[in-house]
Amino acid sequence: MLLYLLRRIVYAIPIAVAVGFVCFMLVQIAPGDPINAIVPPDAPADVVEQVRKDYGLDKPLPIQFGLWLWKVCHGDLGRSLATGRPVWSDLSSAIGNTLTLAVCASLLGFALGCLLGGIAGTFRGSFADRIATTLAVAGVSVPHYWLGMVLVVIFSVQLNWLPAMGAGPGGSADWSWDWEHIRHLILPMVTLSVIPMGIVTRTVRGLVAEIMNQEFITALRAKGLSTWTIFLHVVKNAAPNALAVMGLQLGYLMGGSILVETVFSWPGTGLLLNSAIFQRDLPVLQGTILVLAMFFVTLNLIVDLVQTTLDPRIKRA
Amino acid sequence: MTLKRLLLAAAFAAPLTLPGLASAQGTLRIGMTAADIPLTHGQPDQGFEGNRFTGFPLFDPLTAWDLSRPDRPTPLVPSLALSWEVDAANKTRWIVKLRPGVKFHDGSDFNADAVVWNVRKVLDRDAPQYDPRQVGLTATRMPALRRAEKVDDLTVALFTAEPDSFLPINLTNLFMVSPTHWQKLRDAAPTAEAAWNAFAANPSGTGPFKMARFVPRERAEYVKNEAYWGGAPKLDRVILLPIPEANARTAALLSGQVDWIEAPSPDSVPQLKQRGMVITQNVQPHFWPWQPCFVGDSPLKDVRVRRAINLAIDRDGMKQLLGGFMEPATGTVEQGHPWWGNPTFKIRTDKAEARKLLAEAGYGPGKPLKFKVQISASGSGQMQPLQMNEYLQQDLKQVGVEVEFDVVDWNTLFTNWRQGCASPAARGAAATNVSISTMDPFFALVRFYDSKMAAPVSNNWGMFSDPRFDAMIAEARNSFEPAARDAALAKLHAAGVDEALFIWVAHDVSPRAMSAKVKGFVQPQSWFVDLKTVSIQ
Repeated sequence: MLLYLLRRIVYAIPIAVAVGFVCFMLVQIAPGDPINAIVPPDAPADVVEQVRKDYGLDKPLPIQFGLWLWKVCHGDLGRSLATGRPVWSDLSSAIGNTLTLAVCASLLGFALGCLLGGIAGTFRGSFADRIATTLAVAGVSVPHYWLGMVLVVIFSVQLNWLPAMGAGPGGSADWSWDWEHIRHLILPMVTLSVIPMGIVTRTVRGLVAEIMNQEFITALRAKGLSTWTIFLHVVKNAAPNALAVMGLQLGYLMGGSILVETVFSWPGTGLLLNSAIFQRDLPVLQGTILVLAMFFVTLNLIVDLVQTTLDPRIKRA
Repeated sequence: MTLKRLLLAAAFAAPLTLPGLASAQGTLRIGMTAADIPLTHGQPDQGFEGNRFTGFPLFDPLTAWDLSRPDRPTPLVPSLALSWEVDAANKTRWIVKLRPGVKFHDGSDFNADAVVWNVRKVLDRDAPQYDPRQVGLTATRMPALRRAEKVDDLTVALFTAEPDSFLPINLTNLFMVSPTHWQKLRDAAPTAEAAWNAFAANPSGTGPFKMARFVPRERAEYVKNEAYWGGAPKLDRVILLPIPEANARTAALLSGQVDWIEAPSPDSVPQLKQRGMVITQNVQPHFWPWQPCFVGDSPLKDVRVRRAINLAIDRDGMKQLLGGFMEPATGTVEQGHPWWGNPTFKIRTDKAEARKLLAEAGYGPGKPLKFKVQISASGSGQMQPLQMNEYLQQDLKQVGVEVEFDVVDWNTLFTNWRQGCASPAARGAAATNVSISTMDPFFALVRFYDSKMAAPVSNNWGMFSDPRFDAMIAEARNSFEPAARDAALAKLHAAGVDEALFIWVAHDVSPRAMSAKVKGFVQPQSWFVDLKTVSIQ
């Protein structure tokens, strides 16, 4: 197991380099110029070239990438071209905000998904199954940014129950788990939870239905075990696969939803990436995507380890 | 006894609530279109929205605009400079007298040393305070300024590369920041860049508001500067919130999270009005054109074609499409502006005349005029580019003109704009659609009509070159008496309209929506507003 762990950590290094390289090349290939993050469109050519030189954007691309990689190895993600602030200072606060939103949305989505999926799988073919399945399909089909806008119209504009945007009355820097702040979290959290809810519902439904049909369940019933005890057996058998799906979903949410964070002006990594993309702010793009990719890799590793713990039949070589 | 105790408790509690009520009365919350707080180190980014909200409220330039009236273009007025005049013996030297008794927010004095220091921050690469980030945002708007020298504590000499009567107008773009405060931060920081970042979080200018709290990407909070040289503002507090998505801004206003939003989406206006919000708009120093290419195979090289297209457009119909949020453009500026000049070619809708001109140019049903325009899907100042361009496409079809679009994103459009119509980046487009700010003569006219400004030097994307226009520009640049300068610019503008050097379509009206509690707001014919006169009821 230790070897497996070490191997997975070592694999993360080429993944990090590849992610950084792909991100760097995509920005270079895309039309537009990173210099536009620093100078306005009406800047004359001599000013543009001078600023380009000052920021090292005139160097050959391999050297630019190499310099960036060198700094990353020393823990420096560089500075934003647009603001001049260290990338890490904006990124660390954005990650915290996205984590808050992603974890809450995941918990809500997974809880609902497991509940609906469990009901649907246990009572397959019934009216409850149809309701749960419809909700699941709706969850994965409805564009979540549209849903977010609809929720804002209903709950903020018409009913005035919840705020339309932001991460608290004083911004995310003042975040605390009180009602004044949590009410800012509710709408984006519900919006983000519908896709994982739908996916987990469908997954759990399939798993529970399959397990319930297996002979060992019939044997357990024949032995006279209670429904609750049988249920625990079903959960234990469904958990590894369900966890794998939930882990992936959590990873996607932690990547930040550009659209939902923009609709709600939630200051997370999605909103950060949104403005960095439009500004061609290369250091912010590269740093953010690198850190998120590493999150994903780490999360996958954790999910694999938890799966092994839950199901000893899964051996990690 | 219980009632008496209750009354006593209420009597003690009441004063504790009153200060909260008082400060809430004087707090204005603004939802901006920017995705981040514009830079607060003295030279804002995010276009003129930056100057509007993190420029003029925190800092002052040497000269400024009179934003007090909505019924006329904004004239230039003294700000930190009381007077300015060119040296008769050396037209590249300006003598500027400074306003006495002005202090920065940190208490240090504003004087000639501060002016020289601020000029050097963007023009002198050897200066410790030189910031390349601010160069792009400033030097482009003061193309002739080269250096500054102290004459005495309240007098400074500014030098230009060549005689340039536009300098006083250009100086509205250079905000004065406190050298003393910056130096204190520099002494504690490892690099000048780090010092500027620290300054941005805790800036010091001479403006009517001071920074109270700055949360990157989320909010900036200002408090009033009681000692402001122009009189303390009415508002106690201003809170700026970046809300880039139009529907989110509208929702924030309707739900009471903000009091004022920039650029509401046109289709939300009826609902905003129904809920008692006030919609303001006024013609802006801006125009939305197609900028023709004058070289190569461009059919727009022919003045008859350019005039025809200008005559073929139904601008009133476009105004209806935009819900009234535009003014038809008949020039870079409109009648009543000092630079109007009364052109002989009158831009109007006359499709019959348009067809006649196209026929003279050799186009007709058998040989329709076809060309491509490079446009963007969005962008600052671009208004509703897709809808507007598609409208033009359908409108021009009525006179037999077939227009094709090359749609690119905003960043790409202005990267290509810098490269010119003869470069491969233009992809064969005969026109480009980049909206133009017209606050000063260089921005409004010179950079398009001057042959020396052909891309990539500046924004003469179409590579226009005509010695008559170069001569008119030189005349304007060398007319230092304001009335003579304006007359020369009027001659230049009129000549440009007569030659149809643009396809003029619209002027933005910069709509904004605000709660009825907002009082005292004047929307001038400017990109900027004066927050000093605003209060919250």
